[in-house]
Amino acid sequence: MWKIILRRVLLMIPELVLLSIVIFLIAKLMPGDPFTGMITPQTSPAQIEALRVKAGVYDPWYLQYWHWIVRMVHGDLGMSYQFKTPVGSLILSRMGNTIWLHLLTLILSYSLAIPLGLIAGRYENSRLDKGIMIYTFVAYAIPSFVFYLLGVWLFGYKLRWFPTSGSVSVDVTGTLGYILSRLDHMILPACLMAVLSVTAVVQYLRSEVIDNKNQDYVKTARAKGVPEKTIFTHHIFRNSLLPIAAFLGYSITGLLGGSIFIEQIFNYPGMGLLFMNSILNRDYSVITALVLLYGTMTLIGSLLSDIILSLVDPRVRIE
Amino acid sequence: MKKNTSNFSMIVREFKQDKGATFFLFLLLALIFFIYIYAAFLNTKQVMHVDIINSYGHPGKGGHLLGTDQGGRDVLKYLVLGARNSLDIGLAVTLIVEVIGIVFGLVAGYYGGLVDNIMMRFLDFMMLLPMLMLVIVIVSIIPNYSMLDFILVVSAFLWVGTARLIRSKTLAEAHKEYVYAAVTSGSSAWKIMLTDILPNISSLIIVDLILSLTSNIGIEVGLSFLGFGLPESVPSLGLMIGLAQDPDVMIGAPWVWMPASLLILLLCVGISYVGNVIRRAFDARQRLG
Repeated sequence: MWKIILRRVLLMIPELVLLSIVIFLIAKLMPGDPFTGMITPQTSPAQIEALRVKAGVYDPWYLQYWHWIVRMVHGDLGMSYQFKTPVGSLILSRMGNTIWLHLLTLILSYSLAIPLGLIAGRYENSRLDKGIMIYTFVAYAIPSFVFYLLGVWLFGYKLRWFPTSGSVSVDVTGTLGYILSRLDHMILPACLMAVLSVTAVVQYLRSEVIDNKNQDYVKTARAKGVPEKTIFTHHIFRNSLLPIAAFLGYSITGLLGGSIFIEQIFNYPGMGLLFMNSILNRDYSVITALVLLYGTMTLIGSLLSDIILSLVDPRVRIE
Repeated sequence: MKKNTSNFSMIVREFKQDKGATFFLFLLLALIFFIYIYAAFLNTKQVMHVDIINSYGHPGKGGHLLGTDQGGRDVLKYLVLGARNSLDIGLAVTLIVEVIGIVFGLVAGYYGGLVDNIMMRFLDFMMLLPMLMLVIVIVSIIPNYSMLDFILVVSAFLWVGTARLIRSKTLAEAHKEYVYAAVTSGSSAWKIMLTDILPNISSLIIVDLILSLTSNIGIEVGLSFLGFGLPESVPSLGLMIGLAQDPDVMIGAPWVWMPASLLILLLCVGISYVGNVIRRAFDARQRLG
């Protein structure tokens, strides 16, 4: 087990290095340099030039990359030009919001997708199954942001059930009030995202259940006289649910990737909104750090999926 | 040629079985036809002409069937031009992506072994890149970018999925007997890939083409919505929907953004519905008729 994880982690390293090189080169293409925020009309060109030489702007790119990656590994992500704070602490302060929102989404999404997938698989080709399949198909086809926008228009502005922007109200008092207000702000975006994100899990689960129906162990159970209901709840569902665990790793990064639209539409101060604001304000150190973070998280997500899969399904380990 | 006609009749049969799909197909064709014909009669400059006095006119007022936007532009005409641009871009991106994906997938799948290994590592790496963010970053770096730049930037990231799909199918085909026969009779590798394997995976390609058209249109509209798709001067459904980010417009002038939102929903759901029916037609196990 540990051997597999170790091998998988070692394979990850070259990908991570390549990713950082690509992002570094793109960062180099961005106009401006680390001093853009420090220069005042009083700074003389000679001073700027000295600063640049000292910072290694004229070094060959691989040397610059080396210095950059060493700083990154030490946790020094540079300064935000827009907020005048270190990038690391800025991202950390926004990360919480994004993680909470997506955790709620993930819970809602799975508690919707798992029953739907199991029902669709059990009552294959029934009306119910067809209805569920149409739903997953539409959820997959429609562009997410249009759905979010219509959702916020209907439930936020027209019906006024939920707040339409921010992560917490200004006038809350007490810890409980704070938590409730946070939840109140998260519930609509989380529901909208969850409703759209069920497709993969439902379809996968459905085909797993259908495959399992004809397995020998099910025939044995039936021959023994196990009631049909018990066959499904105790035998088929258990076996079908195992591989779903592996989806979790991908879900984490997949949902985070979509956070730009939802946070933009709900004006929710998470990492996606931070990214958009940084782009608009040309805050390049923040942009670089965020892109690197998302790429790394994708990598870790697929690693997690593989590890979970080999934990739940010993057959994968043999390979 | 005979094979194509039988493919075609399978698709026709599948559409006959599914009334909803037939309805969608004709609705889509009529809609796309209408958009292209109407757009051909419109002058972009004239439509984009700003007329502040008429801004946010209600639908029906002053001969504007769907009202006017903040610049006093006719929403219907803007909608038609925007839809045509979105369709054009979707088509262009899809074609580029398919060509790159097919060539990449054929080569990786046909040669297999070390070549495949190296090419797949590269694909894995491409999958890792946060596409949406990088496109936004690149678009914001390019000084006064055009529609063509946008198409190329987006295509550079999107071909990966198609390449993966074609590669796995080619890998399976490459070990079939007709390929061995072609190798034995001395056909060159390129000839085998293009004239033997490619026709055998054509049904897969057609389905992938239609389904990725949906997502490519969606991506263009999404990026324009965020303000990083088409330049401001080019009409786009995304820019129109993006106006709804201002709560005053969202509540006060729904006619500005609602038609564009509904149109894009209809286009995306419709095209992928039709694509799915065609996929069913090619898959004997799922066929209805």
